[in-house]
Amino acid sequence: MADGKYFDLKIISPDRIFYEGRASMLELTTSEGEIGIYKKHIPLTALIEPGIVTITEENGKKTAAVHTGFLEVLPDKVTILAETIEWPEEIDLHRAQEAKMRAEKRLEAKDANINTKRAEIALRRALVRIELTEKNKK
Amino acid sequence: MASMRDIKRRKSSISSTQQITKAMKLVSTVKLQKTKMRAEHAKPYFDEMYAVITSVLAKSGSIDHPYLRPGTSEKKAVIVVTSNRGLAGGYNSNVVKLITAGELEKEKLEIYTVGKKGKEALEKRGYAMKEDYSNVINDPSYQDAVEISTKVLEEFKSGRIGEIYLAYTSFKNTVVHEPKLLKLLPVEADRSKPVRSEALMNYEPEEEEALEIIIPKYVTSIIYGALIEAVASENGARMQAMDAATSNAEEMIEKLSLLYNRARQGSITQELTEIIAGAEAVD
Repeated sequence: MADGKYFDLKIISPDRIFYEGRASMLELTTSEGEIGIYKKHIPLTALIEPGIVTITEENGKKTAAVHTGFLEVLPDKVTILAETIEWPEEIDLHRAQEAKMRAEKRLEAKDANINTKRAEIALRRALVRIELTEKNKK
Repeated sequence: MASMRDIKRRKSSISSTQQITKAMKLVSTVKLQKTKMRAEHAKPYFDEMYAVITSVLAKSGSIDHPYLRPGTSEKKAVIVVTSNRGLAGGYNSNVVKLITAGELEKEKLEIYTVGKKGKEALEKRGYAMKEDYSNVINDPSYQDAVEISTKVLEEFKSGRIGEIYLAYTSFKNTVVHEPKLLKLLPVEADRSKPVRSEALMNYEPEEEEALEIIIPKYVTSIIYGALIEAVASENGARMQAMDAATSNAEEMIEKLSLLYNRARQGSITQELTEIIAGAEAVD
């Protein structure tokens, strides 16, 4: 079979169907670490951590920045439910850098009034966005 | 019979009202198109979310998690989604009726409102109002839903409330909108339905931990879905109400035109009779 190594991949976010197609490999970061998924992976439900998703298609690779969500893996089908996910061209690098600076400042201040956890999440989001945009430039 | 001037005045007032209702109908038609599309785009996410949740719950029969059993408190939180503006037919009152005429006991309720109309109606009836998120309904975003769900989940976790409900108008299609009262928490797993995949699922992290994170996401997504469906329904309801108002105005104008013409003819006849009578008297 020619398409023996491809599985169905569906990425859905609350406001659109982000991606739908066939991929041979999917790489992303879960709460337990980075994983790569090929066809016939064991059934798995995992939580997604902020990071870069890499989709390997027949004609090349695609990357996207994902922030939170979870995925469900079945042997021939993978579904990602992402709360926020963006293609590199949708990211506003300038805004991400500003967000990064803001979050860093907040973390440094160590003020009891500031929600540290929230600032950390904001920082991680910003870093993922920046990383993806820079990777894509090269 | 009313005088010609009175009829004319009424006619022009009705036709200017008709212009307003016509314009409002056009506006809500356009808005409906937009919000309907949004609701449709969001649908796959909720369907998938629901499918995942049911399959997770079906396979985790033995799990005893706080989200899956009713809290000890008698208090119930209800999130009520209505609109900020009126002139939408029975849209708002139908949602309010779900609560006032439903089986829920007034004393045990704590109301979280989205939409001024529902807030005003329930406040007047003496319900315990907890929080108001009325500005959200103008343009609901996923972030807004996160805010609301975080708040109610906190209350649920701390044991202050035992159950969480959601009252909103679900959008079936352009003309059919159905007011709905949904139980959000505790999640009731529908174990009677067959699970779509029989394969043994692995969880990373462990099931309990995964549920801890997935269930809040599930609640958030339902709230988000309810918000955007409610907005679509609101515009649909307004479009229908305005369409009815426009055709009612049309009908009234027709009736009044008839009356007006009759009155005009009557006055001409009267004038003629007077002239003839006058001329006869001269002779």
